[in-house]
Amino acid sequence: MRYLPHTRQDIDQMLAVTGHADLNQLFETIPDSAKTKTELNLPDALSEWDLNAQMEELASQNTACRSYTCLMGAGSYDHHIPAIVPYLISRSEFMTAYTPYQPEVSQGTLQGIYEFQTMITALLGMDIATASHYDGGTALAECALIALRKSKKANKIAVSSLIHPAHRHIMKTYLGPSGYEIVEIPADKNGLTDVAAFKAMDGIAGVAVQSPNFLGNIEDLGSFRACADEKNCLFISSFTEALAHGLLKSPGYFGADLVAGEGQSLGMSKSFGGPGLGLLAGTRKMMRNLPGRFVGKTMDSKGRRGYVLTLATREQHIRREKASSNICSNNGLNAMTAAVYMAAAGKNGIREIARLNHDKAVYLKNMLVGAGFESVYNSAFFNEFVVKAPAGFADKRRELAEKHNLFAGVPLESYYPDMADHYLFCATETVSRQAMDLLAKEVQS
Amino acid sequence: MKSIEELNFPSDVKYTDDHEWAKVEGDLVSVGISDYAQDQLGEIVFVEMPEIGDSFGQGDEFGSVESVKAVSEIFLPISGEIVEVNSELEDAPELVNTDCYNKGWLVKIKPQDLSEMDSLKDQAAYLEMLKG
Amino acid sequence: MTQPGTTGLIFNEPELWDKSREGRCGISIPRSDVPRADLDPALTGDAPELPQLSELDVVRHFVRLSQWNFSIDSGMYPLGSCTMKYNPKTNEVQAARKGFAAAHPLAGDEFSQGALKLMYELEQLLGEITGFPAVTLQPAAGAHGEFTGMLMIHAWHAKQGKQRSKILVPDTAHGTNPASASLCGYKSVNIKSGPKGILEPATVAEAMDEDTAGIMITNPNTLGLFEDNIKEVCDIVHAKGGLVYGDGANMNAVMGIIKPGELGIDVLHLNLHKTFSTPHGGGGPGSGPVAVVKDLIPFLPVPRVQKENDTYSFITNCPDSIGRMHTFYGHFGVMVKAFAYILSMGGDGLKRASQLAVLNANYIKESLKTTLDLPYDRPCMHECVFTDKGVQEYHISTMDMAKRLLDYGFHPPTVYFPLVVNAAFMVEPTETESKDDIDQFIEAVKAIVKEAASDPDKLKSAPYLPKVTRLDEVTAARKPCLKG
Repeated sequence: MRYLPHTRQDIDQMLAVTGHADLNQLFETIPDSAKTKTELNLPDALSEWDLNAQMEELASQNTACRSYTCLMGAGSYDHHIPAIVPYLISRSEFMTAYTPYQPEVSQGTLQGIYEFQTMITALLGMDIATASHYDGGTALAECALIALRKSKKANKIAVSSLIHPAHRHIMKTYLGPSGYEIVEIPADKNGLTDVAAFKAMDGIAGVAVQSPNFLGNIEDLGSFRACADEKNCLFISSFTEALAHGLLKSPGYFGADLVAGEGQSLGMSKSFGGPGLGLLAGTRKMMRNLPGRFVGKTMDSKGRRGYVLTLATREQHIRREKASSNICSNNGLNAMTAAVYMAAAGKNGIREIARLNHDKAVYLKNMLVGAGFESVYNSAFFNEFVVKAPAGFADKRRELAEKHNLFAGVPLESYYPDMADHYLFCATETVSRQAMDLLAKEVQS
Repeated sequence: MKSIEELNFPSDVKYTDDHEWAKVEGDLVSVGISDYAQDQLGEIVFVEMPEIGDSFGQGDEFGSVESVKAVSEIFLPISGEIVEVNSELEDAPELVNTDCYNKGWLVKIKPQDLSEMDSLKDQAAYLEMLKG
Repeated sequence: MTQPGTTGLIFNEPELWDKSREGRCGISIPRSDVPRADLDPALTGDAPELPQLSELDVVRHFVRLSQWNFSIDSGMYPLGSCTMKYNPKTNEVQAARKGFAAAHPLAGDEFSQGALKLMYELEQLLGEITGFPAVTLQPAAGAHGEFTGMLMIHAWHAKQGKQRSKILVPDTAHGTNPASASLCGYKSVNIKSGPKGILEPATVAEAMDEDTAGIMITNPNTLGLFEDNIKEVCDIVHAKGGLVYGDGANMNAVMGIIKPGELGIDVLHLNLHKTFSTPHGGGGPGSGPVAVVKDLIPFLPVPRVQKENDTYSFITNCPDSIGRMHTFYGHFGVMVKAFAYILSMGGDGLKRASQLAVLNANYIKESLKTTLDLPYDRPCMHECVFTDKGVQEYHISTMDMAKRLLDYGFHPPTVYFPLVVNAAFMVEPTETESKDDIDQFIEAVKAIVKEAASDPDKLKSAPYLPKVTRLDEVTAARKPCLKG
């Protein structure tokens, strides 16, 4: 096996030093009764070339193996990924390093993550950002836990029903054993979270609202901030499309205490849903309550600029059962990916890409409405929106996928039972007008 | 870390087994951590304080002291209500290292029952405990 | 023997924004083929203040940064408990295949058969390796897997009609264990290991009662020792109605030797980024699959992958499930790499890997036990734990030796963990290090211990060769500067 360097002679020499007769004897401390009686029943080892063939065969069973038009978002977005992003990220020094516990030989990871933290605070308008989390949903669940732990009296978290359904589901799982309660804030007729319904709630430790929300609509975060102030609870703002912040006012502008979201759009492939990038940011006041790692700037013994992991006393390896979270490994390489993407896009690039997303989505919505779909909401949106499809669209949608490699929207009925025939469409900068025109033509005929 | 002989244990404060000290000052009692505790922890980077108005019983955890790689809970030597916290420590936690009995005090409490002071160790008893 | 560490030209590099010049942009903006559609200005903000750089600026920046990093691909990285084995390059090729990388998670089962089949088969493979009938791939990292497993234990007790309040955690446990348990509301009860560095059944029996949900065991433990009494311990816990959580972070020692599912363990998490060779990426992404016994299958997170007549699908209709742990299905990209690894190794290859990992660790233990203090001198598994007891007389600590190793061109072992020994120096070479490289490492440690006696000051201000010297962590924590 090419990954195993030991020659017969090496093994003999080493066994002579350890005092064992053979490799099996190395395991003499394991009682025989504990040893397995059967050899591992796994397929025979493949050569690199056979592996390539077998994996390509598997990959080809996904439609994604051919170029396709992706008009689906819902938490996973199709964006252009500049060649330099995977190229730089595949550098061995980034990819095959461990968590930077020895800062003297980890300055590359550390400065990169420090720059990532800085750019995320700029993107979200927040004071501080952590070195990453698993994904948007788990980051949001951590925020709910922070709010609940901080509150001395309240034991409920108010959650917009227009937060990504999977994110809400994760919160429910995370909070399950804790005895905390989740109360959902219903949607109003504009496809926005009903702030009046939130006003009527009490005993709330924190309120979480996603913008743009799961239906694509841009929420009025300012009124939730004001209402949270009246209730003296934390305001958590979440998102699934990080690029929206290239165009929209930031959650920090509206005074969010905590922000959680998904950063996959910042240079990561969809990769069947993961790994993406959990983003978690807060105000300075929240610094010691946030979970996970931080990189901080400092100096070395000769007075030179350098970076270290800091504020580690919040973490599990020191505070153990009292830690702010159990997180250890995060999504470091994905954070580095986002850093490269944001550095390359820059202030103007991210703005332009964001505007293009919005332009394309508006065009697509107009075309669909022109082709007989019904516009459901009049609220402003970024790159996703809901339309009600004419009868028979479900079959048409399958046909479009099979014949044209075009994936037209995400059906919403499984998430909201009263939304039969409603679809969540997404258009990003990768979608051509030609593809959108084709869709309109196909659904009309 | 220093030897016990190199550390300073004034006789006008009382000590707990968990290495806090308490000192009666008029109606109030000042609380901090002993020279031994600060030396064990090393360079202190943050002190987590209770809020003014919080009440605790004798021996209750009321905050924590952090070094770069360790957290140590701190326990109130006698019951009482927090009336003052040392806000200087927010920007200068190192005061706990450099001057733990004076500028490095942590909180002042309004004691519930001053006789609880009798249950604490005096200088000699504390030194004896440290020397084991 | 020439040691690998030497000097070489690396570059200074400022922070990104110091290189920023108004008007530069490092990406290609697609030509617009649709009309501009302006949003209500009340909703739009200023463009975020990201740095403005050309493509080459960005490339040089990150290439220079990368050169300040130590990595497995540059040298031996014997971090105990981390299993820093070689990360095969073909794994990256497999995960980058368009059919996988470009797959949208909501494309629908019929358009995602390749991904579903891969997940299903990986579950089967991991089930065979660990001896369990079912596996979930959803947890995103080891600690996330622990939390998933503990949630299942919690849900199982709830289903039995009586929740319990405590969980036993040995003193050799990873810090994530008690932290995961407390997320489930369980209070950790610390269990001391015995004089041999392993759990004593009597200690467990004494602590285990009917208000205790179970025990969390790392086996081999973090001292690198096999818990010989594992079956007895499991029996004691089961007899009181508890469940046994297995932390499989150290599975690299025992593939093909033991199957945790055969020993009485009820739930076990694996770290694909340790045992199954996926890169750690400077802190993730990982993947922490969880394997369970039959009784716990109903509690596995949703969605689950199902196979019926050679067709694969996701199912969510599992009423006893703990729920969802990840927005989609977990770190699929990492799963592809681990799958490729298992297929490349085969069953014999995995067993061989464990044998050689254990051989390497024992070889280091024997070669260094007269040089460094070895608190538990008995055959170890994949890692061995020394301390700085022998060099304390020169006022040299584990940290000083670790820093000096950098100058010799080695990443230091894990230091100051496990907590059960004082100032631990925990070496896990893994099977992919050759005898030659290990001999060089051994020589380096021996040379450093000599230096400790002859020139202790040299060690105290080590390292000398890296880009920076020791960093001021105290000021970093006292006055946190978390952004530029």
